[in-house]
Amino acid sequence: MPLEYWIAGAVMVSLTLYALGAGADFGGGVWDLLSSGPRARAQRDLIAHAIGPIWEANHVWLILVVVLLFVCFPVAWAALSTALHVPLSLMLLGIVLRGSAFTFRSYDDASDAVQRRWGRVFAMASVLTPVMLGVCVGAVAAGRVRVSDGRVLGGFVRPWLAPFPLAVGALALALFAFLAAVYLTLESEDDALREDFRGRALAAGALLGIFALGALALAREEAPRVWMGLSAQPWSLPLHAFIATVAMGALASLWWRRYPLARVLAILQVALVVWGWGLGQFPYLVPPDFTFRAAAAPPAVLRAVLGVLVAGGVVLAPSLWALYRVFGGQRGSGLSSH
Amino acid sequence: MAISLGFHIVFAVVGIAMPVLMVIAEDRWIRRKDEASLLLARRWAQGTAILFAVGAVSGTVLSFELGLLWPSFMAFAGPIFGMPFSLEGFAFFLEAIFLGIYLYGWERVPPRAHWAAGVLVALSGVLSGVFVVIANGWMNTPTGFRMEGGRAVDVDPWIAMRNPAAPTEIVHMTIAAYLSVGFAVAGIHAWRLLAEPDNLFHRRALGFALWMAGVAAVLQPISGDFSARQVAEHQPVKLAAMEGQFRTERGAPLRLGGWPDEEAETTRYALEIPYGLSLLAFHDPRAVVPGLDAVSRADRPPVHVVHVAFQVMAGCGSALMAVALLGGLLAWRRRGLPDQRWYLRMLVACGPLGFVALEAGWAVTEVGRQPWIVHGVLRTADAVTPMPGLVVPLVTFTAIYLFLGFVVLFLLRRQVFKSPRVVAPAQGRRPAEA
Repeated sequence: MPLEYWIAGAVMVSLTLYALGAGADFGGGVWDLLSSGPRARAQRDLIAHAIGPIWEANHVWLILVVVLLFVCFPVAWAALSTALHVPLSLMLLGIVLRGSAFTFRSYDDASDAVQRRWGRVFAMASVLTPVMLGVCVGAVAAGRVRVSDGRVLGGFVRPWLAPFPLAVGALALALFAFLAAVYLTLESEDDALREDFRGRALAAGALLGIFALGALALAREEAPRVWMGLSAQPWSLPLHAFIATVAMGALASLWWRRYPLARVLAILQVALVVWGWGLGQFPYLVPPDFTFRAAAAPPAVLRAVLGVLVAGGVVLAPSLWALYRVFGGQRGSGLSSH
Repeated sequence: MAISLGFHIVFAVVGIAMPVLMVIAEDRWIRRKDEASLLLARRWAQGTAILFAVGAVSGTVLSFELGLLWPSFMAFAGPIFGMPFSLEGFAFFLEAIFLGIYLYGWERVPPRAHWAAGVLVALSGVLSGVFVVIANGWMNTPTGFRMEGGRAVDVDPWIAMRNPAAPTEIVHMTIAAYLSVGFAVAGIHAWRLLAEPDNLFHRRALGFALWMAGVAAVLQPISGDFSARQVAEHQPVKLAAMEGQFRTERGAPLRLGGWPDEEAETTRYALEIPYGLSLLAFHDPRAVVPGLDAVSRADRPPVHVVHVAFQVMAGCGSALMAVALLGGLLAWRRRGLPDQRWYLRMLVACGPLGFVALEAGWAVTEVGRQPWIVHGVLRTADAVTPMPGLVVPLVTFTAIYLFLGFVVLFLLRRQVFKSPRVVAPAQGRRPAEA
């Protein structure tokens, strides 16, 4: 396998782990915003306790993705960051506000007014970021990011402000909210809280299904390449069938309160969606102008980066294991008990 | 971008230096069961948590801004100098992981393991700083590729990492982190000690911070000498701008203060020490120092900014070294904490100077490199994004940074005011936690 495909694999793995970890942390923010009923305060506390120790580590996966892209696929990254300047900036805004508001809430005055103020910022930013992330992914998948000679074709708004990217944005939000609610069912000892998040997970799961079908329907018109990738390959039908089965399985196990199983299936489902998109547009990194191969940096660089990835992974794996072990030992989950 | 960097650098150095103070204090608690030290370790850890979180998100903004603002720079330079960034990613990962364990694991892991997590935070903090500075070193003295027809060929990222500016910049920047944070912390606690002279909490804090700041302050001028000679060799134009040296000269004087006049090509009102510059830069009083006249005006940095920033940095550094030496003398004569009121006042006054020197030094290295973004290879003006209306994100992010800065200051201030009072070494009873 050529070097650049290994790197592409590493980007996909990081992106998947970002979705599973940080994605769920953002989803937690969504449920903070939607906390309601007699246990609203308890819901928010549970979310904060679950996110607290790990959100910064989860967040680093995104930095890794960015670094890998700009080191190994520099021309594609230049095109992406020029054409998607606006949604990426908005996403950054969300990241900055989410992280700082969450920290400020933890260390600021415990009075209700102050807590509510930071909580509001934290929650709104948690909604903005996944949507913008999804919009960027949607714009790329639709082949709307076109750059020639360092100039963006189609301006700075048209590439991303369209039905398909927005649908993917909504999909990302639903996906992360679903994941977070599923994780949260396992975070609490309290049965009533558990029921709260079970209900939320079921609702988000149903919404997720609707958004996914909507995005697929739009893809046919607006993202023909991904549509082809997802429909005309020998593996397309089995993949769709498998995702659908997993999704139904996750909902069913939530229904029958088999929470650990629901979590495994939810994780699998998110990973499949991310990889389905990746495989759908393979071998293109930014369709239709850049394949992974065409955008790749010189082989010496790719070799060096792969070396760093292996060495880094060797150091990272036990550290991450220690982190999740100390805080509840829930491997792979973005949220952990306190 | 400059604003983001200037903002981020403050939080970055805190991430490097605060964990050191934190683990020194915790070590003392573990070995001597000193309550004040434990409280201090916990309090400093909280401060670190706030600053680290803001540093983490502002660092993320930077990693994106590289592409958002300088797409063609990144397309050209990404593969060559990206290696330290990918290494930095892992170092930052470790820092985030172990800080998580440290902050939330007080009751979950045994004391020494907890302390070890703190040590790992400190180490990975230094490491991420080192990698970022290596990348900056490459922008000053690019190596590891050849230019052929406007394209970089024969790229070797490992050679790029071993660029000549990296070693001196690493040492200077790392010491600067300990220096600026040490004096800022010493200043804060000295200020509280003026109000409550017998509070052990602040006495311990001042002791730890002074040690770190003092050692750094004495080492920094030595590292500065190495840096200056490195710059003299590889970036003579930057050195000339730092010193306000317009004419190429044998036996050049060292100028203290002064205002460079770029029209008249001379530096006025400076105190000149004959042969000083030749001696410092080349260790030879008769050495020729190339002036700004060695290059055309279009290739010169804004001389007054660089010169003044350099004077500010060197001035603050010298003052802090003097304060540190004085503190050492007082401590040696007292065999204890130098807590004379006038000395405490002096420390309060010096609190911000380390950060002033830090920002000034950063201005020297960045502005001094202009008009190049990669020295001698790519001009800053050619690297900027074609995106129109750049002023909008610029204003937005500046406003957000200012706001975050205020909130952080406010929160830290309250933490300091809520300082616990520990008068005598606690016996049996643990002082209430705030």
